[in-house]
Amino acid sequence: MSRRMRKRYLAFKVVSEQPVSKGDVADAVWNAVLRLFGEYGASQANLALIEYDQEKSWGIIRCSHRAVEMVRASIASVTEINEKPVAIHVLRVSGTLKALKRKVSL
Amino acid sequence: MKRFVDLHLQPSIKDLTQVKKMVSLASELGYRMVGITLPPNVTRDTVKQLQSICSNVKTNLITRADLYPKTPHELLHNLRRFRRKFEVISVICTSKAVARQAAKDRRVDLLSFPATNPRKRFFDHAEAELASKVFSSLEIDIAPLISLKSFQRIRLLSSLRKEMEIARKFGVPVTISSGATNTHLIRGPYDYAAVTALFDMATPLALRALSETPLTIVERNREKLNPNFVAPGIRLVRRKNCCPDA
Repeated sequence: MSRRMRKRYLAFKVVSEQPVSKGDVADAVWNAVLRLFGEYGASQANLALIEYDQEKSWGIIRCSHRAVEMVRASIASVTEINEKPVAIHVLRVSGTLKALKRKVSL
Repeated sequence: MKRFVDLHLQPSIKDLTQVKKMVSLASELGYRMVGITLPPNVTRDTVKQLQSICSNVKTNLITRADLYPKTPHELLHNLRRFRRKFEVISVICTSKAVARQAAKDRRVDLLSFPATNPRKRFFDHAEAELASKVFSSLEIDIAPLISLKSFQRIRLLSSLRKEMEIARKFGVPVTISSGATNTHLIRGPYDYAAVTALFDMATPLALRALSETPLTIVERNREKLNPNFVAPGIRLVRRKNCCPDA
């Protein structure tokens, strides 16, 4: 019997001079994972952008619990979106969405 | 809770708003101490200004000088001039002779190597053996690693992996710093720890390289720069004039 996949939720904040759309953030993170770990690594990450608030520039990413460090390194390596300098900071990591929102007080 | 230290912020000292932004972001991300690279001819007023900026955001300033000597002789000359002026001295080794001299000298705290040229990364077995005897630390900046692209990053990762292996073998302490020149290159300590996994550095070791190792360097040097310091373990407690009865 296969076990259910354990997930991790990462709350992040985008620091940029201009607002960045949800699609651009998702593309940037996916491209960073692909650049650093390739298609094999990206397939193991089980990555998904759960939420993104463009006005407040924060969001939540879900990934496999085995790939947290991988996703974190990839997120840290994002330095530009649409040729504009950007930094993405991981605020908190949690096992459930509810706990993550409570911890970050979103 | 760990006390994280970023030993290498490189803002333009003339632009105090940029310094303020970088220092407050570093403080927000959890760094208790930040090292700012200062020019060797920096004035006391500038240092005081920077200290007040740092204390306003509840972080501690570490004064740091980066030396770029071309010859071992120039390195010795610079160390004699600047060692007692700065809390941390880093030597950017651009030649093998300079790298060897820097690794031999106790006055050097950090050994740095150019990130973009793998041929100028002279941290090999001989260098590590020398560095391990005088407790010099190998400094790895993360900013070039996250800003470089494709082949340059691949080459840098490959060099760093080899250097980490050598440092581990000879017990050379490793310090992880940001090396950031602007706010977009600063990341939190746990993000840096995740990035270091790219060159096979274990997370506990990376967290130590971001907290205990730089903290030890700073505390050791602050003690030495204290006017009451005599020798390691010996401090001046009281002067003769303080107690006329004695």
